[in-house]
Amino acid sequence: MSDRPFLSLRRIQKSFGSFVALRDIDLNIAQGELVCFLGPSGCGKTTLLRIIAGLEVQTQGSVEQAGRDISRLPPADRDYGIVFQSYALFPNLSVADNVGYGLVNRRLPAAQIRERVQELIALVGLPGSGAKFPSQLSGGQQQRIALARALAMQPGLLLLDEPLSALDALERVRLRQEIRSLQQQLGVTTIMVTHDQEEALSMADRIVVMNHGVIEQVGTPLEIYREPASSFVADFVGKVNVLPGHIEAGVLRLGQLSLAQVGAAQGRSGAVKVYLRPEDILVRTASSGGPQVDARIAKIEFLGAFCHVQVHAPQIGDKPLVVDLSLNFLSEQGLREGSDLVLTLMPERIKIY
Amino acid sequence: MSELTLTPVRQKAHWSDWIGRAVLAAVLLLLLAFLAAPLLAILMQALEDSEGNWAGLTNFWAYVQTPTLLSSLWNSLWVSALVTVIVLPLAFVFAYALVRSCMPLAGLFRAISLIPLLAPSLLSAISLIYWFGNQGVLKEFLSALGVAQIYGPVGVVIAECFAVFPHAVMILVTALALADARLYEAADALGTGAVRQFFTITLPGAKYGLISAALVSFTLVVTDFGIPKVIGGNFNMMATDIFKLVIGQQDFAKGAVVALLLLSPAVLSFAVDRYVSRRQTAMLTARAVALRPKPSRWRDRALLLYCLLVSALMLAMLGMAVFASFASFWPYNLSPSLHHYRLGLVDGDVGEGFINSLKMAGGTALFGTVLVFTSAYLLEKTRGLDGLRAPVQALAIVPMAVPGLVLGLGYIFFFNMPGNPLHGLYHTLTLLTLCTIVHFYTTGHLTAVTALKSLDAEFEAVSASLKVPFYKTFWRVTVPICTPALIDIARYFFINAMTTISAVVFLYSPETKVASIAILNLDEAGDIGAAAAMAVLIAAISALATALFALLGVWVGRRTQAWRRP
Repeated sequence: MSDRPFLSLRRIQKSFGSFVALRDIDLNIAQGELVCFLGPSGCGKTTLLRIIAGLEVQTQGSVEQAGRDISRLPPADRDYGIVFQSYALFPNLSVADNVGYGLVNRRLPAAQIRERVQELIALVGLPGSGAKFPSQLSGGQQQRIALARALAMQPGLLLLDEPLSALDALERVRLRQEIRSLQQQLGVTTIMVTHDQEEALSMADRIVVMNHGVIEQVGTPLEIYREPASSFVADFVGKVNVLPGHIEAGVLRLGQLSLAQVGAAQGRSGAVKVYLRPEDILVRTASSGGPQVDARIAKIEFLGAFCHVQVHAPQIGDKPLVVDLSLNFLSEQGLREGSDLVLTLMPERIKIY
Repeated sequence: MSELTLTPVRQKAHWSDWIGRAVLAAVLLLLLAFLAAPLLAILMQALEDSEGNWAGLTNFWAYVQTPTLLSSLWNSLWVSALVTVIVLPLAFVFAYALVRSCMPLAGLFRAISLIPLLAPSLLSAISLIYWFGNQGVLKEFLSALGVAQIYGPVGVVIAECFAVFPHAVMILVTALALADARLYEAADALGTGAVRQFFTITLPGAKYGLISAALVSFTLVVTDFGIPKVIGGNFNMMATDIFKLVIGQQDFAKGAVVALLLLSPAVLSFAVDRYVSRRQTAMLTARAVALRPKPSRWRDRALLLYCLLVSALMLAMLGMAVFASFASFWPYNLSPSLHHYRLGLVDGDVGEGFINSLKMAGGTALFGTVLVFTSAYLLEKTRGLDGLRAPVQALAIVPMAVPGLVLGLGYIFFFNMPGNPLHGLYHTLTLLTLCTIVHFYTTGHLTAVTALKSLDAEFEAVSASLKVPFYKTFWRVTVPICTPALIDIARYFFINAMTTISAVVFLYSPETKVASIAILNLDEAGDIGAAAAMAVLIAAISALATALFALLGVWVGRRTQAWRRP
């Protein structure tokens, strides 16, 4: 990997009339990276992807790909393959014709095209389906064919616009691993737009979290999850308890609780919002390190192996806390609604905004 | 902020983009020359005196002061209103029977109700003459009702009712078919009676369809030329006035004024229709459940009886024309012969007219479909040159609001203008074909747009990423998928070109006379039998063409729509 970024966006701005869809976007993407644009709908992530593809034109700013300024190039003069949410497979052409669509236009010998198409169809795990029409395939299979078509021209950049959102939950989980391993196998630089945080966390090398047309944070999935740069990121990625707190002389007061050793509280004072992830609240019977509070289970939301347990901890305040506990733990301890327990907070995981 | 003063980034165009833009520019030029310029010519003509000087509203003032023209205006208005009032309930019940009952033979009734579309509108006028004319079969019946003769307003109103009926039925069928079953289920659950359901759900739901059907009926009658010409007698209407003023008296200025007046109801109904159709689509959400009518013995029987009656009247209209066209010598010798057909085709030179008609209809169907579909595609699926798009988009919709007579008159004014480089087209079959394409442009355009909108919006983006120019995708993907719509458009163009009179009546020369015009001339010359024969022949050709287009649809469908089969 060289120092020079493969794709670099500089001061990208996009406005539709008076509405500003993207504001001052600066971003570098390295060769071979898989980057996810993550954000709620309307945050500008798809617009940014379409600007990189040349399907929308930025109002201001420049795009450079592989050392070439592509800011003003039409889509056909850029170098990328794209998969849309709808797949946009040509319904009247067979799977093989879809995959070979761009190859035919290159005037390659027919035998060579056939060979390459077979190779691509096999690559995405659907050998032998070349003669079928797209409508005869399942959603996941259509998705794979769209991917094969996008990869057919060996593009330097692969763009995926919410590629999994039209699929059912099981297929989605299977395909995200397949896409990821295929991407790593080919080493193709990839940008994927998604609103699904789980998808972004499980697939990306780096995540770009966007909101209201600006980048909130760029980082590895772990950084985004553990060190959210803003309250928006903390809120949007993963579940979180938000509690009112107060800092005075470096001590965080949370209800009746005083926490002196919270790193995030240094250099702040006054009223703050305290962010605490459900899994960062531990339930121990024996005492362990960290401040402890008494709590009573108000409600158990069953989710399978894990449960969201809503507890009341009067020492912290009136607002109920959500704690993640495994089903096994709950039954081992005989915990049910109304049971009392002791919570241990992890001060080093507390975030303050 | 300094950024606001920067000019926005502009994308360079790919070489293939220029092809699309060049074609779009050509379409714009075509629509400007063959639609905008002729309409402008009418306006200029109305505002100028005979020397071509600015006359302001003098011509309009002269019109208002001509009592005969004012009485025509009044005649046109009340006849159109009366026809609308008669046809609307008749068509509503008919359409209701077709889509909201479990009456048998609905498909057959629907087909019969569409018969008048196959022939020029004047076919019903000719039939009426055979039924109730001076030598008509039921003349006494008419006198018993206190009507002295069929020539005049009575004949016009009855004939127009037949001509307009299929249009009203088609609109109302569409409106009534769009129903949400859940509303009726809710009403049933609340114990609402059938009559109350009809007045609180059915009628309000079809409200926009009714408005639309009323406007279309009114406009069709106001602008129709053939029927008042054949059966109007001394009863003058605006459409016949235009013809007399322009062709008879060469009073172009007054003709232009009447044309502008004819344009106004059409423009009004067009504007209301656009508004209404937008509301109609908004009413039905994606979650609506299609209504399946439940059998109801007495309602279904009553509606069956009603449809039988209406269909019998429809068939009586067509049947009388067919019968009379084969009669040797009406009313004395009714034995069948081909006398009228020989008279019309050979002696009346209508044979040549049919060749011209077929050439024109074929040309309209072929070139019209190519033009309409290509420009709709470029508008919908390509980017750039926004300055071209808006005017093409607007001009594509305008023809719906322009009556054929007005368009034809505009063509005379514009192409007859001394110094117009396109003057050479005047009187040619090429101009007749272009005029007909423009006249029926909007329906084809809307059909094409609907078909194109149903395609994935990203086909062109995918092609560009695969370095395939858009025109290859157009040819390999868009056209094959849209063949059913293409055939629909071609058939619509063909049938209308076969039966149209209004626009071309101003534009033909003896060499380029088409069959529908020849019928008018035969009728004028008193050869009503031959006129009937030729009208029946046009209906037969139209029916045959419809069947052929249907076959073509099946054949092409087998080759291009295989992917639709699971």
